[in-house]
Amino acid sequence: MSVMTPYRSRVDGARDGFAQLLHAEWTKFRTVRGWTITVLVAVLVMVGFGTLSAWSTTSSCSNNGGQARSGASCMPTFPLGPGGEPVSDSFYFVRQPLAGDGSITVLVTSLTGLLPPPNGSQGPGPDDTKPGLMPWSKVGVMIKGSLTQGSAYAAMMVTGGHGVRMQWNYTGDTAGLAGAVGPAHPRWLRLTRSGDVITGYDSADGAHWARVGTVTLAGLPSTVQVGLFGASPDYANVTQNFGGTSQNGGGPTQATGVFDHVAVTGGSGSAAGQWAGSYLGAAEASGIGSYHQGGGRFTVTGSGDIAPIAEGHGGPADAALTINDYLLGTFAGLIALAVIAAMFMTSEYRRNLLRVTFAASPRRGRVLAAKAIVIGAVSFVAGLVGAFVAVSIGTAVTHSRGYYEFPVSGPVEARVIIGTGLLTAVTAVLALAVGAIVRRSAAAVAIVVVTIVFPYFLAVTGAVPLGAADWLLRITPAAGFAVQGAYPQYPQVTAIYSGLSGYYPLGSLAGLAVLCGWTAAAMAGAAYLLRRRGA
Amino acid sequence: MTQVVHAEWTKLRTLASTWWLLLAAVALTIAVGAAVGAAFQCHQFACAPAQTGADPAKISLAGVALGQVIVALLAVLAVGGEYTTGMIRVTLAATPRRLILLAAKAAVVLGWTLAAGVVAVLGSVLAGRLILPGRGLSAANGYALLSLGSGPDLRAAAGSVLYLALIALLALGVTTAIRDPAVAIGALLGLLFLLPIASAVIPDHVLARHLEQIAPMTAGLYIQATTDVRSLPLTPWQGLGVLALWSLGAMLLGALVLRFRDA
Repeated sequence: MSVMTPYRSRVDGARDGFAQLLHAEWTKFRTVRGWTITVLVAVLVMVGFGTLSAWSTTSSCSNNGGQARSGASCMPTFPLGPGGEPVSDSFYFVRQPLAGDGSITVLVTSLTGLLPPPNGSQGPGPDDTKPGLMPWSKVGVMIKGSLTQGSAYAAMMVTGGHGVRMQWNYTGDTAGLAGAVGPAHPRWLRLTRSGDVITGYDSADGAHWARVGTVTLAGLPSTVQVGLFGASPDYANVTQNFGGTSQNGGGPTQATGVFDHVAVTGGSGSAAGQWAGSYLGAAEASGIGSYHQGGGRFTVTGSGDIAPIAEGHGGPADAALTINDYLLGTFAGLIALAVIAAMFMTSEYRRNLLRVTFAASPRRGRVLAAKAIVIGAVSFVAGLVGAFVAVSIGTAVTHSRGYYEFPVSGPVEARVIIGTGLLTAVTAVLALAVGAIVRRSAAAVAIVVVTIVFPYFLAVTGAVPLGAADWLLRITPAAGFAVQGAYPQYPQVTAIYSGLSGYYPLGSLAGLAVLCGWTAAAMAGAAYLLRRRGA
Repeated sequence: MTQVVHAEWTKLRTLASTWWLLLAAVALTIAVGAAVGAAFQCHQFACAPAQTGADPAKISLAGVALGQVIVALLAVLAVGGEYTTGMIRVTLAATPRRLILLAAKAAVVLGWTLAAGVVAVLGSVLAGRLILPGRGLSAANGYALLSLGSGPDLRAAAGSVLYLALIALLALGVTTAIRDPAVAIGALLGLLFLLPIASAVIPDHVLARHLEQIAPMTAGLYIQATTDVRSLPLTPWQGLGVLALWSLGAMLLGALVLRFRDA
């Protein structure tokens, strides 16, 4: 009798480390040709939509008051501020040169203004204007680097509806004394220059001064312009109705300030003490403004605005192309990636592959994690490449056609592109987790699209009121689109800040965090159910 | 034909998911319409129709935009589910005349959708009647109470039911052509939602208007407009006609694929 030895395989036992699991899941993903093609399709639709958006735009000139033409001839051009952002810089300026350090002090006793007629008809004649102020009508004192548009400045001012402010370099804005100015409530304003440092003070009585702000204006020339200014932005009444928001009116407004006790100290130039008034603005603009001096009292009237330009529908930059236009295809890419992410999980159920998978790797949570890493990484790369190419091609097309592109700084552009990659990655993981929970790919895709694209759809198409739309973009997974918000909102500029123009109620990181929170919850639910349920 | 319809009816009726989806379609349609109405608030002195631009019928029926997703999912699963499980081979063995089969499926899905659509739309109109007057869209401010007795309101309500039915046909055709339910629902939702978003976002107003005219969702939902109808790029019925063309095209494509391709 021979001795029977039990059979032992000579093959080495396979390692079951997480790296092997990742490799296995990567192989599963890579070898399904349809999925690889879908990833490529996702990238292509992102690029395609972006290119189409840049290529097909034939903006009319209606917003610039011209007839409907296309091409560069009717594109707006804006001066750029020291920070590189497009700015409005037109106002009436009564000034004198100031060499070296010095200061200016005034007493503002009154701020009044004129508004165009409410029905929006043009023509600021005396018959159809009415007294009134815009919230950001402003008069005050200013120290400005030069008389070119977009040069550095700092100013102390009284405003129509926001009290005393110190503003500098277009984007800076700090509050001083509250309340409206009037004969009973005069306001003392002072600016001092010391090198590149400008300090603003205000006072209600001329005896007790409070420092409002200290700012450094880099590269301020040794001789600056110092003086009194008046500005009042174009009439705008942002109303929200059911078709979305609209900006009514238009037409210039004007503000008139009365200054007393004007005192300039310091300086060594021979021209000191000689006041000169002029309208500062674009060459083609017919600016409103004048000044009158009598017995130490100045009356300055001005129109225009000294502020950054907000990107947005209905505003002066309405026709400008933005980075958000190039990224229009993100939605299509997201849907395509959500489809394969859901199938990456559900097809294991359909083919009963999941039993083999779990037999090979019994720790089910780790299988889910490996799948999430694989699909997340693939989607990140797809979103990143798609966004980068879409923005690059969109920018090139816009420039080659001579259209105006609302500028965005390099770091912000990088943040938006990387953020788009993160958005697609987290969304794909969400689709994977929902797929594991509902086990039906079509239902998973529908759920992901409804939670991410549908709130955004409601918000941008004006199907829900603005306040409700803001909440949808705060609490639903659609909050993740905030990573594509490229343009800052300026409290000192009245404009339509809505998802339609690429403004989101949450910051980019907070928005991404909301999406990540939903995804984490879905992953936790999926891990729990995978462990509880049979495969 | 009767037997085929009966078989399809039994298949769909005995799936638990059908009932859940129909329930969800009705509930979500009514809930979203009610929520949008409740979120509306007109300011004290600007409640006149010209100032708010509000369309009571459109607000009440806003939930159709979400209800259509569920209806589309129902139609996608009715066809795609058979391909997922391999059931389609049995079905085709039993009913070799494939176009008859597609017609029977369409009839059954249409029946379900119309039934759910009528309930959802009636519920939405009722919710609108109850909610909107309290939100400033009252007779005192110049808004007529929603009523199926008024022509435009009836057009909006009946048209919304038809809209849902056409979406179901579109989904049925697309899925018959694509076969994979996940890919089909992805393609459908992309088609439905991306074009409206694109037309809202792109800065070119002329192009945006053209997009709205050809997009199945924006054009189809013109049927819900009861105020300011003249400013629409298409008349309400023309808009629904655009969607009907999409549905017809999708069904033709689906029929061709089903007829000439192996299952």
